[in-house]
Amino acid sequence: MAHFTKAKSLHDWLNQRLAVDTLRRVLSTEYWIPKNINFLWAMGMVIAVTFGLLLISGIFLLMYYQPNVDLAFDSVNYTIMQEVGYGWLWRHIHGVAASVVFLIIYIHMFTGIYYGSYKNGREMIWISGMLLFVAFSAEAFSGYMLPWGQMSYWAGMVITNLFSMGGLHMDGLVEWIRGDYVPSQAFLNRFFMLHVLLIPLAILGLIGLHFGALRIPHVNNQDGEKIDFKAESKKYLSGDKVHAKVIRFANDFISKDMMVVGIYLVFFFYLVFYHYDFAMDPVNFDPANGLKTPTHIYPEWYFLWSYEILRPFSTNLGLIAFAFAQVIFFLLPFLDRSPNAIPASRRGLFKYWFWAMLIDMIILTAMGKVPPEGLFSAIGFYAALVFIGLWIVLPFITKYEKKFKG
Amino acid sequence: MKELFILAVVTAFTLVTYYLVEPFAHSQMHKHVEGEGFAYKDLPALTKKGDATRGKNLVAGAGGCTGCHSIEVAGMPAPMDAVSAAQSFGVNPPDLSNAGIVFDPKFLVSLIKNPAHTLNVEHKFDPAKGKIHPMPPFYGAGGDLDQEVADMVTYLQSIAVKKEELTPTMAFQTACGRCHALHYDKWTQIGKKPAFKKKQDELAFDTQVLDYQDALKKYMGTLPPDLSMFIRSRGEHYIKTFVENPQSYLKGTAMPRVGVSAESAEKVVEHLENVGDSKRHEREEVGKYVMIYAIIFAIFAILWKREVWRDLH
Repeated sequence: MAHFTKAKSLHDWLNQRLAVDTLRRVLSTEYWIPKNINFLWAMGMVIAVTFGLLLISGIFLLMYYQPNVDLAFDSVNYTIMQEVGYGWLWRHIHGVAASVVFLIIYIHMFTGIYYGSYKNGREMIWISGMLLFVAFSAEAFSGYMLPWGQMSYWAGMVITNLFSMGGLHMDGLVEWIRGDYVPSQAFLNRFFMLHVLLIPLAILGLIGLHFGALRIPHVNNQDGEKIDFKAESKKYLSGDKVHAKVIRFANDFISKDMMVVGIYLVFFFYLVFYHYDFAMDPVNFDPANGLKTPTHIYPEWYFLWSYEILRPFSTNLGLIAFAFAQVIFFLLPFLDRSPNAIPASRRGLFKYWFWAMLIDMIILTAMGKVPPEGLFSAIGFYAALVFIGLWIVLPFITKYEKKFKG
Repeated sequence: MKELFILAVVTAFTLVTYYLVEPFAHSQMHKHVEGEGFAYKDLPALTKKGDATRGKNLVAGAGGCTGCHSIEVAGMPAPMDAVSAAQSFGVNPPDLSNAGIVFDPKFLVSLIKNPAHTLNVEHKFDPAKGKIHPMPPFYGAGGDLDQEVADMVTYLQSIAVKKEELTPTMAFQTACGRCHALHYDKWTQIGKKPAFKKKQDELAFDTQVLDYQDALKKYMGTLPPDLSMFIRSRGEHYIKTFVENPQSYLKGTAMPRVGVSAESAEKVVEHLENVGDSKRHEREEVGKYVMIYAIIFAIFAILWKREVWRDLH
């Protein structure tokens, strides 16, 4: 047993029991971050803040939401939006944050891809990040079911149908997932449970893993420079802050994060109060009706690119392409055969690969929403082929990439 | 500078994606109808100046209006209750107290002379197929038909509330309320649902509503939707242009063109906002303060960063 002495102060009392000084040193004052970073390095904190907003607004919404097929729609659109004081505010924050968090996640992901922050020891950061992406996707989808509007119902119908695996006709699996032949009370209840308990727990755990995965390989920097963190931190601690290539997590790094968060929140609250429509589809303000299929069924914008990889092919082929799109990003650290962990602009063909992938995914996103007819359907088809093709060529173009001598 | 360039690139890609997914995609998915501002250009212009006194005699007498319509403000009750009326005619004929202000005068004149044509429901009521609109056309009381109709409309205008007294609720109830429920306002097709002391009375009321809805369903082919959330699911532009001419969106729909004036259409939309988006004023008010707070927070955050980083450069 440890030796305890009479505490001289509350701080000392806590320090003996929780080692708060050590924790503070390890987690913030001597957690070293490269100095050479730009505002894109703050996206993690922006996501964390947005997740916090989702969590807090979600707790308030949970107090009035009714997971019942007869009451859900009115509990959201009448009770929360009109009767409960500031219920509309929590709902708009929740709805807008759910959409905006994906924008930031995509920026965060493409930042990682651009700067090569997924290799040379940073593989687990990337993989845990992708697991978070999957968990956030499941969280967004299950949350979208809850207002029980037309789009909730029909998106639920379409997405759960995917589990019949096309030609395999696994209808039993679909019924097992739904708890019924069609989305109904059992379906709403289980998605409610997933949305408010199981998936948030998974997200919290994965956030821990993601942060932990950063610890040993350290955060990348915007030149991909290999930094001797031990030497540089010594330089910093000896007072040569100007020439040290590292900064403290707190307050150095966090102050820059908070600057970006501050500017982001102006944009975020502008959307919440004055431009929330993009995040709340009008079709979902019609109550769910199993006898009336909406003219156009489409997922929220952040799922459109993978939806469009599913759509232009025949059922079985589409499902295979869709499955490919879901897992392929996980494999990025292993498909990129080049040892260069530097910005894409200083690499060989990968430079073009990056921008081609980004533009192709935007095209897929756009085509995933418009009706699949004529020209749109053709563009979507070729964009899906380009997506698959880009992943197939990635190992080859990166294998022959010249080693960068920095 | 480099950071600003990166920000510009990120913003540009975000805006392009937003444009493609929102304005562009919606323009491809939904037909855009411009509307004509409730001018009813296809209907003939008014030519005669009416006389309210002569009009009153026609409405209550030879015109035969009060055989089916009530005019509560003039002390003329409905000949039958709403449910029986719906079972006889398909829908309860409207009370005419405020018809003169809610509906466009040109529309009313044309309606009295030829209801099915004016309401844009000739596809449904074709006399050749034995389908007659429940409201018979007025063929005149012996004098000049156009003058008589002008007199009747002038009478209706004279008994209606003044323009500034017409509330959004009245406009909605007169123009839409006999077919569409609005349950966030407790409105049913037979009127506002009162608070009942006895469960039996409430059940009796609900039964009446269901009977009315059954008759209406038979008449319209389907139960017209509850409009509680239409301000969010359809939006102002769609509602206005749809009401002006339902055929422009839904060819062959049983919904008649309602004939509201431009001012009444505004009131109807206002009522739908009051019911479906009642916190909009609070949203704008709170929004201002939150924006001010967010900007001040951002300024302090920028200053703090500068302070901390001064030693690092």
